[in-house]
Amino acid sequence: MKSLIKRLVEIPGPSGFEEQIRASVQREIKDHADEIKVDALGNLIARKGKKKDGGLRIMLSAHIDEIGLMVTHVDDNGFARFIGIGGINPLTCYGGRVLFMNGTRGVIGVEKLESAKAPKLAQLFIDVGASNPDDCPVGVGDVCGFERPFLELGDRLVAKSMDDRIAAVIAIEAMRAITDTPHELYFVFSVQEEVGIRGAITVAYGVDPDLGLAIDVTRSGDTPKCTKMETALGKGPAVKVRDSSFIADPRVVNWMVETAKQAGIPYQLEVLEAGGTDGRAIQLTRAGVPTGCLSIPCRYIHSPSEMVDKHDVQNSVKLLIALLSQPVKLG
Amino acid sequence: MTKNTKISTSKVPQVGKSQIELLEKLCNAVAVSGDEQEVRQIVLEEVKSVADEVKVDALGNVLVTRFGRGEKRPRVMLAAHMDEIGFMLVKDNEGGLFEFVTIGGIDERQLVAKSVLVGREHLPGVIGAKPIHLTKKEERKNTLKIDQMRIDMGLDIGSKVKVGDRASFATRFELIGPSIRAKALDDRLGIVNLIELVKHAPGNIDLLAAFTVQEEVGLRGARVAAYAFDPDMAFALDSTPARDLPVWESDDDNVNYNTRLDQGPAIYLMDSATIADRRLVDLLVKAAEAEGIPYQFRQPNRGGTDAGAIHKSRAGIPSISVSVPQRYIHTAAGLVRHDDWAHTLQLMHAALSRITLDTLKR
Repeated sequence: MKSLIKRLVEIPGPSGFEEQIRASVQREIKDHADEIKVDALGNLIARKGKKKDGGLRIMLSAHIDEIGLMVTHVDDNGFARFIGIGGINPLTCYGGRVLFMNGTRGVIGVEKLESAKAPKLAQLFIDVGASNPDDCPVGVGDVCGFERPFLELGDRLVAKSMDDRIAAVIAIEAMRAITDTPHELYFVFSVQEEVGIRGAITVAYGVDPDLGLAIDVTRSGDTPKCTKMETALGKGPAVKVRDSSFIADPRVVNWMVETAKQAGIPYQLEVLEAGGTDGRAIQLTRAGVPTGCLSIPCRYIHSPSEMVDKHDVQNSVKLLIALLSQPVKLG
Repeated sequence: MTKNTKISTSKVPQVGKSQIELLEKLCNAVAVSGDEQEVRQIVLEEVKSVADEVKVDALGNVLVTRFGRGEKRPRVMLAAHMDEIGFMLVKDNEGGLFEFVTIGGIDERQLVAKSVLVGREHLPGVIGAKPIHLTKKEERKNTLKIDQMRIDMGLDIGSKVKVGDRASFATRFELIGPSIRAKALDDRLGIVNLIELVKHAPGNIDLLAAFTVQEEVGLRGARVAAYAFDPDMAFALDSTPARDLPVWESDDDNVNYNTRLDQGPAIYLMDSATIADRRLVDLLVKAAEAEGIPYQFRQPNRGGTDAGAIHKSRAGIPSISVSVPQRYIHTAAGLVRHDDWAHTLQLMHAALSRITLDTLKR
């Protein structure tokens, strides 16, 4: 699994520019799906199984996009101004390295600051080593992601895009492992989550599932002076109860908790004060879908060094396999 | 099934005297979000002789179809919004004075002393301002809030104006050399261009024209129009700020101009509501370069167009926006260049004519 993680987390794929990561995921799953398609917005949809007696159409959604930057202007000296794609914290930008979709690399610099406070995005710029607009290999509209190598720190795994590539890894591992299921499973690798859960809105409409499950990272409350939160790294996958955009269907929460207990998989319950996942889009599609979310606790979300725990990842795969291998009775 | 024999479909649309007169009529009409009747009537009148299908939907969108020729034609939706920003009367203070609120994005600081037109009869009024004689120096440093303003109808208007009526800026359409000054150029430019495109629909596509309502209050009409049309791809035709004055802000380099006048149609890459589909960016750029039509990229920025609602409809619709750059947008008087308008119309026609089933191939 570690090599799969490394393969997926280092690929740039800001929202709307998921072609490279989509192609990589497609390579990883092509021998394990019964049918694969890419929809109009670029969501990758892999079906496994056909609905049997007692089975459901179940949609799993892990988003393959990540936060990134888009160039807005190249000045007379070849410096590129930019805006964020998704929630970019300027605090994490200065000195960072970026990789453009066209292969260009750059570093992020900052204007003279009035104080030691965090800069605004408008005070930052990307230096690609150019000295005028003509030798600048990027222009208005070019897109980059942060560039950081995958890192292992004991049981902890660090990457620029654990949000949400680690969920893609979990979905792929579960997909490979599941051999017998009564369900028609739709493993969705969705696009444009970071800019407003847009891909999931359309793919949920297209798949029209009976049951939905988002897989995404969530915050952890186990670092110095952080916002209080129950979830912590290493205590197991988190079963989302609610976040600010979504109340998980209590029957789905119960199903996830009972399955974890029966399989002896550690779990924790998650209440996230601010944030949202593909779960919201699935729940509200068409006439409504019972939906939950399997979360992986993660530190330093939306920084170039997002950290998860190896055991949480492994247990998430186990829980997902347990959930999807048996008939589901919501009640 | 097709009846595209009424007019030639391949002729490239032009901006001439009749188009300018139509734009004048459209800009001087009043259609504040939620009451788009006046513009809708103009649109229906203009398209009826060429449309294969015309429908006014439940929310008031005008949905026009022109079928192309041949097998397997891409279904292409074009959206332009009929509504404009404006005001609504909310309380009758008697004696012809009304409290009011804004509809759509309006900077309250710009409202004092503006002439307005109230209700469907376009009755004249003014947003009254305290004259300089009666204000103190300190007072003149402050801006007024909307609850300190009233629309003054000048007489006890009786039942002719009532709470709930809408009002718009009273600015009249003017040609000024190479420019046009008017209210509601956002999005009557899109409307006039869409009417021309319906009249000159290329035969390689099914052209699905949505003249939408309630864009300025949250892209509401486009949402249901896209659901109804269920197209293969979509283009929103709109207007976007140009912030290109020599000294727009005192100190900084102007790196946030959004767009500039005289640089041609503004092709979108990203705004708050949509990440433009790059296949459609390429289509537009190639069409512009092949035809020698000037174009610019709108700086990736905030804001949103009907594309924001359309692309998330049903199972997803690849979408993009193209705007005419405009100074002073969402104020009493916007200013655009005639040539930017004409080039936008030409670019759209050129791009639509190049659409094939392979346009969306990945």
